[in-house]
Amino acid sequence: MPKITYIDSKGISKTCEVANGLSVMEGAIQNGIDGILAICGGSCACSTCHAYIEEPWMTTVGSPDEIEASTLELAVDRQPNSRLSCQIEVTDALDGLVVRVADNDG
Amino acid sequence: MSAAPFVVIGAGQAGLQVCDSLRKLGYAGELVLIGAEATLPYQRPPLSKKFLAGDLEAERLYFRPATYYAKLDVTLLLDREVHRIDREHHAIEFTDGLRLAYAKLALTTGARVRPLQGPGADCPDVFYVRTLDDGLRLRARLRDVSHVTIVGGGFIGLEVAAMARSLGKEVVLLETLDRLMARAVSPAVSAYFADLHRAHGVDLRLACGVRGLETDAGTLRVSISQGPDIDTGLLVAGIGVLPNAELAVDAGLEGRDGIVVDVHARTADPDIVAAGDCTLHDNGFLARQVRLESVQNAVDQAKIAAASMLGLAEPYVQVPWFWSDQYDAKLQMAGIGMPFDECVLRGERASGSFSMFYFRAGRLVGADSINRPVDHMACRKLLAQGTIVSPAELGREDIDLMQLART
Repeated sequence: MPKITYIDSKGISKTCEVANGLSVMEGAIQNGIDGILAICGGSCACSTCHAYIEEPWMTTVGSPDEIEASTLELAVDRQPNSRLSCQIEVTDALDGLVVRVADNDG
Repeated sequence: MSAAPFVVIGAGQAGLQVCDSLRKLGYAGELVLIGAEATLPYQRPPLSKKFLAGDLEAERLYFRPATYYAKLDVTLLLDREVHRIDREHHAIEFTDGLRLAYAKLALTTGARVRPLQGPGADCPDVFYVRTLDDGLRLRARLRDVSHVTIVGGGFIGLEVAAMARSLGKEVVLLETLDRLMARAVSPAVSAYFADLHRAHGVDLRLACGVRGLETDAGTLRVSISQGPDIDTGLLVAGIGVLPNAELAVDAGLEGRDGIVVDVHARTADPDIVAAGDCTLHDNGFLARQVRLESVQNAVDQAKIAAASMLGLAEPYVQVPWFWSDQYDAKLQMAGIGMPFDECVLRGERASGSFSMFYFRAGRLVGADSINRPVDHMACRKLLAQGTIVSPAELGREDIDLMQLART
């Protein structure tokens, strides 16, 4: 099962096993990662699952599509490596992924 | 002696948000979240969408895993029904007779489905879509039938129709009014979706109601107001919801069409607030009293309710927004565009990607966007900021709406 490392807003790092097919957001929720709120339940309608993809994972994870990009407009402190974690599906290719949770509590 | 707990009745989206917000605002006392259903708090929107196609296990609907509630230090009382609120003694009473004292009380009791009326309406082949149990029952039964009749041309009915078609079922949809989603969208958008559903093979009957139901040798026979009886495998009724205001009303609080609360989510009782589908509230953004049925309202109003429980009077001024997924069309609504006196189209309807922006007395009041998420987000921002825009600007595709929203 792929391992995803989440760095929460306090800088605490946790590596979790997340099953293929779940979103990076769901992996965070299931593993109690602070700061991923996912208010809209993963339907790309809020921005509270906002996370930063650590380099060098940006190439593998990729850029947001148009729908996600427009939703990211709502996100606090959007950066070039910002993604909505509900839109990233976990696959074997993401084994070892490191994401940093954004300030979604604000 | 420690203080009585803060108690939240209703373990849905709003109830959970009240708890989250209370802890975030620094409330460190005892916190109890009560739910009548036997499951952990879960999301309802997927129940009328992909959940019906069998893609999601029930557990994936939970907002949070069980461990979260211990971490939040919330006592979760599930499968417990509250019988009454004893305001004088600051206590609630469960149906099993047990009493629980409260220092502050939040009512996030949500809503229940409006039941179908008429002969045969209580037969087991009638399904609703509100709870996880409803969803599981309908999903299972859908596998056994080839023909589905849906009563109600609102969001629930239309989403179920789309899912049933994706499963290859024959679908008849009945709506008593002359257009779809009449409460929420403009006639132009209603017409677009009527065309969309018909293009996907739904037998759509507008201005048509159900007169009665009868089971005949394993088939459900639906008698309707216009046309011959329909023989069907099951019937799904999505004809609206009724706010669960009874606990409040029985305790002497105002509750016509929802628990009445002010712009701070407060009832007339200084120690009782309410939030979500169950409230009739003063909406600071809309500047009127309204009952909203949405995830946005549940979440945003719950935050206000939590603040009020701690004596921080925040006004509820968030822009309402909503979404519905039907086939490949993602319909997103920003603000409340109805009624409007002017509207402007952005994009082309034939492309399947367009927006209608609505104006009232010269001011932008809302937008319906179909596969135009940028327009939707820009409209939410424009509404939140109170930016003055003209219909002409919004109709011009060479004007970047996001840029407009950033100025």
